[in-house]
Amino acid sequence: MSIHVNGRPTDLRTGLTVQEVLTTLNLPRRDVAVAVDGVVVPRSSWSESTVGPDSSVEVVTAMQGG
Amino acid sequence: MTTEPLQIADTKLRSRLFLGTGGISSLAALAACIAATGTELVTVAMRRVSAGSSPLQVIRDAGAHVLPNTAGCFTAAEAVLTAQLAREALGTTRIKLEVVADEHTLLPDTVELLDAAERLVDDGFDVFPYTTDDLVTARRLADLGCVAVMPLGAPIGSGLGICNPRAIEAICDAVDVPVVLDAGVGTASDAALAMELGCDAVLAATAITRADDPARMAAAIGAAVEAGWLARHAGRIPRRTTALASSPLDGLVGS
Repeated sequence: MSIHVNGRPTDLRTGLTVQEVLTTLNLPRRDVAVAVDGVVVPRSSWSESTVGPDSSVEVVTAMQGG
Repeated sequence: MTTEPLQIADTKLRSRLFLGTGGISSLAALAACIAATGTELVTVAMRRVSAGSSPLQVIRDAGAHVLPNTAGCFTAAEAVLTAQLAREALGTTRIKLEVVADEHTLLPDTVELLDAAERLVDDGFDVFPYTTDDLVTARRLADLGCVAVMPLGAPIGSGLGICNPRAIEAICDAVDVPVVLDAGVGTASDAALAMELGCDAVLAATAITRADDPARMAAAIGAAVEAGWLARHAGRIPRRTTALASSPLDGLVGS
């Protein structure tokens, strides 16, 4: 399936969970938060919540600012 | 002699200087600035993960609290989502709420700001809103349940100081929550003035992080915050239009 991860088009196997998306793309899991299509997915749901085709996934963390 | 601690929501802060991290050249420089001031509240921005280094570990190692912000948001909806992501990522309900009108002025969009503040307070956040120096807006933010208000002295990054001291003083007199002067500080005297006007704390970022010697400027602004607080609470003399001799007038030579 094709999804967007942090704005980048990405091809992944269909039916992956949020946890599997992070693992597959080698993204950090500490101090990050994930939103799928503009809704935060709590860390406690990462291993159950699946990412559908055409989803937009945002993975954010704290950087310098303010 | 030092300042009294500042209580905001559940957090007691010994230092009344909050540090912004935008523009800092390195994590080592950030650590030096925190050490130079003893600041206990340090801002971070929420951004997509990348190869860049996060300041989180430095902040934690220094024993400071993290204050995530919603910098870069132009609508209430963007700010609310960013705040929710910050809470999820960092495990804090503190949020420095910034909703700006455009990239050129970076001035707060008051309509979007009030909307976002209300939604975030309802969602259980401790909201620190970056706002204009308008008294009525500050009062509305306090009435909504924000834990502090953060009026600007001048536009972000401008270093112009406090363009309208009377407006800042009026906000300090009118709201019951802590007032944190945010944006506009260029050097130590600006921070001292903010405290003398009645502010409870000062947030400085650019003035420190982009100074030639950030740690030295951090120390200077930290000292100015303390000096301003002490002066405010020492009871300054009234201003007079004529001189008042400081030496005794009795026993003058030739009298």
